Amino acid sequence: MSTSLSPTLAAVTGSRVRRSRRRALVIGLLATLVVAAYGVNLMVGETFYPPSEIWRVILGETVPGASFTVGELRLPRATLAALAGFCFGMGGVTFQTMLRNPLASPDVIGITSGASAAAAFAIVVLGLTETGVSAFAIGAGLAVAIIVYTLSFRDGVAGTRLILIGIGIAAMLDSATAYVLSQAAQWDLQQAQRWLTGSLNGATWDETAQVALALLVLGPLLLGQARNLFMLQLGDDTAAALGVRLERTRIVVIVAAVGLLAFATAATGPIAFVAFLSGPIAARIIGSAGSLLVPAGLVGALLVLVADLIGQYAFDIRYPVGVVTGVLGAPYLVYLLIRTNRAGGSL
Amino acid sequence: MTATHSLLVSSLRLGYGDRTVIESLDLTLPPGKITAIVGANACGKSTLLRSMSRLLAPRAGHVLLDGREVHKMPAKELARTLGLLPQSPVAPEGITVSDLVGRGRNPHQRLLSRWSREDDAAVAAALDATHTADLADRSVDELSGGQRQRVWIAMALAQQTDLLLLDEPTTFLDVSHQVEVLDLLTDLNRNRGTTIVMVLHDLNMAARYADHLIALADGKLHAAGEPSAVLTEDCVRAVFGLDSQVITDPTSGKPLMLPLGRHHVAITRP
Repeated sequence: MSTSLSPTLAAVTGSRVRRSRRRALVIGLLATLVVAAYGVNLMVGETFYPPSEIWRVILGETVPGASFTVGELRLPRATLAALAGFCFGMGGVTFQTMLRNPLASPDVIGITSGASAAAAFAIVVLGLTETGVSAFAIGAGLAVAIIVYTLSFRDGVAGTRLILIGIGIAAMLDSATAYVLSQAAQWDLQQAQRWLTGSLNGATWDETAQVALALLVLGPLLLGQARNLFMLQLGDDTAAALGVRLERTRIVVIVAAVGLLAFATAATGPIAFVAFLSGPIAARIIGSAGSLLVPAGLVGALLVLVADLIGQYAFDIRYPVGVVTGVLGAPYLVYLLIRTNRAGGSL
Repeated sequence: MTATHSLLVSSLRLGYGDRTVIESLDLTLPPGKITAIVGANACGKSTLLRSMSRLLAPRAGHVLLDGREVHKMPAKELARTLGLLPQSPVAPEGITVSDLVGRGRNPHQRLLSRWSREDDAAVAAALDATHTADLADRSVDELSGGQRQRVWIAMALAQQTDLLLLDEPTTFLDVSHQVEVLDLLTDLNRNRGTTIVMVLHDLNMAARYADHLIALADGKLHAAGEPSAVLTEDCVRAVFGLDSQVITDPTSGKPLMLPLGRHHVAITRP
C-alpha cells in the first residue's frame, strides 16, 4: 500500500516540515520579543538612554550617569527579570505537562510558596545570604513537592486531589511567610513585598549570577528530558508503553524544575502566576508540536520583563512586578476553575 | 513479515496495594496469532495486560519475552518489540492526528536524533493501514469514537512492534465500529504476522476473531485454547456465573453464546 511515492507519505512529510518551520518561526519571534523587551527595560526609566549609550555601558566604557543607572541598576534588574521569568516559565510548564493539568502549576500547588517561605525564614530569622538562602529555598521546594505528592497518592495520583491539597499547603505556607515577615527586626516593606508577591527591587548581580548558573546547569538537564516529558502528555501508561521510564523521568524532572523555581524564587520572590501562565500561553501560540519547555521559558521571560515595565512606569505609583502578573494571572485562574467545574472536575 | 516471539508468564502474582488480583498464573501466548482474554469485571484481565507490557511489576513470578524478563529489559528496547494500547488513552488537547501517530515512533528515536525518513514512512504506513490518512491534519478532539480508536491503533502501528497488546479496543464503540476495529486487527495479523493479544468484553466477538481464547476467573486461569473448546456453557457459568446456551454461529462456524436470563427465555433451563 505504501510505496515511496505514496501520497500519504508526501502529506505526512509535508505537514511535519510545516509544523517544525512554524515552531522555529514562533520560537524565533518570541526570542526577538524578549530581546526587544530587555532593550526597552534598559532604555526606559527616570532618564531615557539611547541604545548607543547602553551599548557603551555594556562594553564597559564609562558613561556619565548611564554607567551607574544602566550598569548598576537597570542591567541587573532586567537580566534578573529575563532569567527568573525563563526559570518560572520552564519550571511551570514542566509540572503542568507532567501532571497533565494547567492548574497543577508550581505556584498554585505550593512549591513556590514553600521556596518563598523558606527564603524569607533564612533571611529574616537565620540571617543567611545568597547561597544559603537558595539552598534553603530548594530544600523547601522539594519538600513541598514530595509532601503534596505523597498526600495525594492513593492508587496513583489524581490531578484534582493533588491540586486541592497543593492549594491548601500553599495557603499555609503563605501565612507562614507573612508570620516570619512580621517577626523581622526592622520591618522592610520592600522585603515583605518580595516574599509575598515577588519583586525585582534591589536586584543585584550576585543574585542574577545565581539564577544564571542554575539555568545553565538545570536547564540542559530538563531539556534532556524534553521528549520524555512530551510523551507523558499521552498519559503514564501510554508513555511507558512507548519506552518512557516513568520513575526516572519524574525524579529528574521534579528535581530540575524545583531547582529552577527555587533559585528564581530565592532571587525575586514568588512572582505571581508567571509559572502558571507561561505554559498555556506558549501552548496556545505553538500548538501541540514539540516540547513546550523553551517556548514557555521565553513567554515567562517576556511576561516578567513587560510586567516590570508596566509596574514601574505605567502608573503614578510603582508596583512590584508580582502585583502586575497577579492581576494578569488571576482572571485566567478563575477561567480555568470555571471550565473545570463545567467539565465535571477534569481538565 | 515479522519475527516470531515467544511471550509467556509463569507463576505470576499481581496486585495493587494489599489486594492480590492475580494468583500464580501460567500462560503461553501463541506467536503470530490473535489471542483474546475474557473474564468477568475485575478478574484481572487489564492487570495482566499491564504487567505483560512492563507497566506493573509482578509480586512473584515472571513475564518472559523470548526468554528474557520484560521487567528487566531496557524500556525502549521492549517498546520496539511489544506495544500496548491502554484502555482509555488520553490525547493532549488540540493534538493533530499525524502528531499523535508520530509519537508512536518514540522508541525508535534517540535523544538527539532528528526525525528520519523511516519515521515519516512508518507514520504514513500506519495512517494508510487504518484508513486515517484523510484525517491526518485534523485535531483528535474533533473525531468520532470510531475514528479516534483507529487513530490510536495507528499510533501503536507506527511503533512497529511484532507484538501488540490492546486493552478493550472496542469498548464504547457501536457494533459497526467494533467490527471495523477487529477486522483491522485481523488484517494486521494476517498481512504482517503481528501477534495480537487483546482484552475483550464481548464473548461472541472474542470467539469470532480470536485464534486463541483465554478465560480468567478470579485471577486464575479457567481455560485456554481454541474458541470452540473454551467457549462452552460450563465455562460461561464458571467464569461469569451465567446460564447460557452456546450454539454454532451460522456465519462464522465459531461458537456463539446466548445468555439465559430470568426473562424472555422460551426454552427450559438445563
